Amino acid sequence: MATAQSKQASVTLPREERSGMTDEQMLAKVRGLRFYHGDRCIFDGIDLDIQRGRITAIMGPSGTGKTTLLKLISGQLHADAGTVEVDGQSIQELSRDALYQLRIRMGMLFQSGALLTDLNVFENVAFPIREHAKLPESVLRKLVLIKLEAVGLRGAAALMPSQLSGGMARRVALARAIALDPMMIMYDEPFTGQDPISMGVLVSLIRQLNDASEMTSIIVSHDVTETTSIADYLYIIANGKIMAEGTPQEVAANESDWVRQFMQGEPDGPVHYHYPAQTLEQDLLQSVCH
Amino acid sequence: MLDSLARLGRVGLAILASLGRAHLLLVGILRGLPSMLVRPRLLLAQIYGVGVLSLLIIVVSGLFVGMVLGLQGYYVLSQFGAAESLGVMVAASLVRELGPVVTALLFAGRAGSALTAEIGLMKATEQLSGLEMMAVDPVKRVLTPRFFAGLISMPLLAALFSAIGVIGGWFVGVGLLGIDDGAFWGQMQNKIDFDEDLVNGVIKSLVFGLVVTWIALYEGYDATPTSAGVSRATTRTVVQSALAILGLDFILTALMFGG
Repeated sequence: MATAQSKQASVTLPREERSGMTDEQMLAKVRGLRFYHGDRCIFDGIDLDIQRGRITAIMGPSGTGKTTLLKLISGQLHADAGTVEVDGQSIQELSRDALYQLRIRMGMLFQSGALLTDLNVFENVAFPIREHAKLPESVLRKLVLIKLEAVGLRGAAALMPSQLSGGMARRVALARAIALDPMMIMYDEPFTGQDPISMGVLVSLIRQLNDASEMTSIIVSHDVTETTSIADYLYIIANGKIMAEGTPQEVAANESDWVRQFMQGEPDGPVHYHYPAQTLEQDLLQSVCH
Repeated sequence: MLDSLARLGRVGLAILASLGRAHLLLVGILRGLPSMLVRPRLLLAQIYGVGVLSLLIIVVSGLFVGMVLGLQGYYVLSQFGAAESLGVMVAASLVRELGPVVTALLFAGRAGSALTAEIGLMKATEQLSGLEMMAVDPVKRVLTPRFFAGLISMPLLAALFSAIGVIGGWFVGVGLLGIDDGAFWGQMQNKIDFDEDLVNGVIKSLVFGLVVTWIALYEGYDATPTSAGVSRATTRTVVQSALAILGLDFILTALMFGG
């Protein structure tokens, strides 16, 4: 009883007091975020913090708006209500030029890789450097080769994106995302559709890059095992709300049936296996009548 | 009744919204001109893709259209004893009408559909979002060079179509049907006016180039990012371009030659 009361009390405290983090420690701060897709409510007033230098994972079932959240943080979408701050700047209030200046310091790894298909691997990684840093060709070449070496694909520099496997394409996209040494990198479903070897490579790369470059990482994923193995902090979202948050150990120990079902991948529970419908008998009888 | 009215209203609003987005996109494309001029290689690469790769279909079509004009023209003119005027008829038909119009229709089918599919697939595979996230404006970087490549290529392709068509007409008229070579070229030189015929033809092809490329880029950029969405956008490009070309041709012809 006492435990339940203390949990309830902690939830009603302002987020700053609950997390104990100062503004300097937070790279991104989301407050009261509401977002609608047509009539459908995707986020219903959520708060979350992204701490500098940490790997924060945002998890939840498919279709809960995890990628939408990344797009809101990066300013590709605008919230219907609430605020999104990145490095002390309110995303909604930034001009287009200011947003682009901020994005130079943000990297994003798309689910599809999003490599430019008319450029080879070397030119894809060189692309953001050519666009934003006027470097001599010899320096640029060394820089690109170093980035490709970091993801183990220096030997693939001359290949076209169509010649890469899914895992290789994602590693090239990762090399491109870190080309300008960003302060923050966002990973959109980095482990989806990867074979075990590629998955292992990506998991260790994300952790190494985060620690070696002192970056801040946000991972959006529904791959529980891989994500919890490298994340410092987890948010579980569903139905437009944050269902649980904490370190992987804290979330794993969460007593909520819903969280337990998601973390342990149980087929039935609070989230039903069957999509809402009338009973099977009713459906079958209807088909007979028709 | 009310439902029908509401549906009609929704369709009308959707069309107006689409027109608004298309015009905003055009403004964005034009704003990219200064940054494109700094990097002319982007434009040259697109002129190759949009213009040079369309050469084959334009040259072959021009040749056959000119040859058909030669045959049909000879049949009609010879009934009035004016077969020697075949050169004028072929050249005027090509320079004033068929050159710009048929080239624009072929351009919409070949280059316009390719542009829509390319931009639509770039959107579907998140390449445009990727550019945005690299702080690169996809409209300026991707669409502006393609727009101006279309604008530059279209009059050149139309001129080539007309020139090859005249050669096709000459081959049939002079080579096969025995019209006098001097009469064919001489009457053409006398009757085809630079301002009245050539300049007006170039203006038409410029307008068609602008409209076809604009439609193609807008449809690609506005496409639903799925395979079915890109397919529908590509079809819309061809249909809308063809209708726009034929409608505009009537308006331009009335303005230029309507007296």
